[in-house]
Amino acid sequence: MNEENQVYFIDSDQLPPAALERKHKLEQDPSFRTDYMKYLDDMEIIDSDIKDKVLKAMDEYDYDSYTAADVERALSKETCNIEDFKALLSPAAAPYLEQMARKAENETKKHFGNTVYIFTPIYIANYCQNYCIYCGFNCYNNIHRKKLSFEEIEHEMKVIADTGMEEILILTGESRKYSDVEYIGESVKIARKYFKNIGIEIYPVNVDEYRYLHECGVDYVTVFQETYNPVKYETLHLLGHKRVWPYRFDAQERALMAGMRGAGFSALLGLDDFRKDALATALHVYYLNRKYPHAELSLSCPRLRPIINNDKINPRDVGEKQLCQVLCAYRLFLPFVGITVSSRESAQFRNGITKICATKVSAGVSTGIGDHESKYTGKEDGDAGDEQFEINDNRSFDRMYKDMEDGGLQPVVNEYIYV
Amino acid sequence: MENKIQDKKEDKLILGGHEFNSRFILGSGKYNVNLIKAAVEQGGAEIITLALRRANTENKENILDFIPKGVTLLPNTSGARNAEEAVRIARLSREMGCGDFVKIEIMHDAKYLLPDNYETVKATEILAKEGFVVMPYMYPDLNVARDLQNAGAACVMPLASPIGSNNGLSTKAFIQILIDEIDLPIIVDAGIGKPSQACEAMEMGAAAVMANTAIATAGNVPAMAEAFKKAIEAGRSAYLTGMGRVLARGGSASDPLTGFLR
Repeated sequence: MNEENQVYFIDSDQLPPAALERKHKLEQDPSFRTDYMKYLDDMEIIDSDIKDKVLKAMDEYDYDSYTAADVERALSKETCNIEDFKALLSPAAAPYLEQMARKAENETKKHFGNTVYIFTPIYIANYCQNYCIYCGFNCYNNIHRKKLSFEEIEHEMKVIADTGMEEILILTGESRKYSDVEYIGESVKIARKYFKNIGIEIYPVNVDEYRYLHECGVDYVTVFQETYNPVKYETLHLLGHKRVWPYRFDAQERALMAGMRGAGFSALLGLDDFRKDALATALHVYYLNRKYPHAELSLSCPRLRPIINNDKINPRDVGEKQLCQVLCAYRLFLPFVGITVSSRESAQFRNGITKICATKVSAGVSTGIGDHESKYTGKEDGDAGDEQFEINDNRSFDRMYKDMEDGGLQPVVNEYIYV
Repeated sequence: MENKIQDKKEDKLILGGHEFNSRFILGSGKYNVNLIKAAVEQGGAEIITLALRRANTENKENILDFIPKGVTLLPNTSGARNAEEAVRIARLSREMGCGDFVKIEIMHDAKYLLPDNYETVKATEILAKEGFVVMPYMYPDLNVARDLQNAGAACVMPLASPIGSNNGLSTKAFIQILIDEIDLPIIVDAGIGKPSQACEAMEMGAAAVMANTAIATAGNVPAMAEAFKKAIEAGRSAYLTGMGRVLARGGSASDPLTGFLR
């Protein structure tokens, strides 16, 4: 029995009996699932030892062994090494949160001044071929599916660009079948007409495909590993190409090999042991920085949120204080990286964290498909595709801009040139 | 080298044939754009740098609109990872009406933002030929400074410390070598954290100082710009006057070691 994950399992009454049976087998019988460490035939394998280094460090990390003295030592140093970072992530650092925040604020100012970047995501399709049990887009979840046509994409992008936004992150559900690489590439070409800076958050692809997308106009690739613990990962991603843990891990490196300027990383905090996942995420960035020193790397910090048909999903033991501790530790260990805090977090949290260490926030967010116009203007659109998860902070671009200014920050909508 | 004993009134900073009275180059990044005007005025700056990628926006708050008229724009090529990208950004800057000055910043290192000297020399050569007033940011290396001079640079901009570190003149000895050996203005750039450090650079004979983070992160941006202005002027005056000798230890011996010589 897969008891720990029981909260995620929801059966739709629309599923045919055979599909339901398969779903239950996937959930309860590990032998029914494929080998999550084995690459599928079309998946490129690159020569990289970063996975092994990260897994080893994560495996060895005993956060309860760190003491207040370790935390104080870390806080007294000018630069923070891996051991210091481990101390700052540990429970022993909890009483030092204010000191960590002050030091993090100082590092953020040195590297970013008081600037904060504003962007928005656009979901162009929510078809998905994976069964990731915590995700609203999972293939067994009964939601309204939609893939935008190029005309619809252009319309949505126009609506978004009219608000003043200049940076966009294009997302899809993870389906090569419904949202193939060329469909995404063409969408990027449309985006170039309306936005200065384009990122993608799509299923991982091979180097030649990343190169094609780069040529279409993408320079930043974000892939969330969800959890860096392969054993836990296996119990959460039961079906589909996303199930292959190592191929996903190497996605950012393949993107950089393809000439992308930067890459984004994250674990989905709350899925597994958040301290180990935070360590692994930061080390993933750390080792890639050493191998690709020119790359602009950034971190996100999503926590689990409720989804359509399952409002019980929550971030478990990752409260706002824990999240703040993780983010301060990230800043002190990797002072040069961008940190994005998404609309999964509350307005109050985002206002506060941008003063400490976050450098980028989203605004005017919808995680649905094709509903920006109805969300922005109230104009009815009955055909929108359902959302990936419920957001928390629904501030518009204008409102976010003003709130950031009122907080003493300088909002920036673009600092990028495609060369 | 510049002539030390020229009259202060004629003490101009000359870059690519353009004359400037101020020796303070102000950065415009990392702080609120509506403070730029006051910082320029109180700092007396005649040259202001800006990242061209910050100006690549349709936003109501394009940084270019906040820079007072009459100030010389010094667009930088930050974001360039090699000479080719720097050249492209410089050309774009000229097309956007930012003038002929360009500060070459080529970083192949996202962590420390240290400049790539080799690519910088290549970009300098190309852009100088295209008529740009090329101001290259570099790691203080005498051979590279000579290469930059031969490539047509209008000055050389060695870093004092890593960008944004506010650590001051970590590379002091090497900057002094450039000041002593290179017949171009040496403008100390990056890492200057306090007015006293700017003053020290000017006392050494630097032609100008560029500062951004130290001012951007101050409690009062325009007031800190003014403090830098005063420090830079003080350091320049001290340099032009000729500094008094510094005694190594206590007073000097009344009986010189060479007193026996006849």
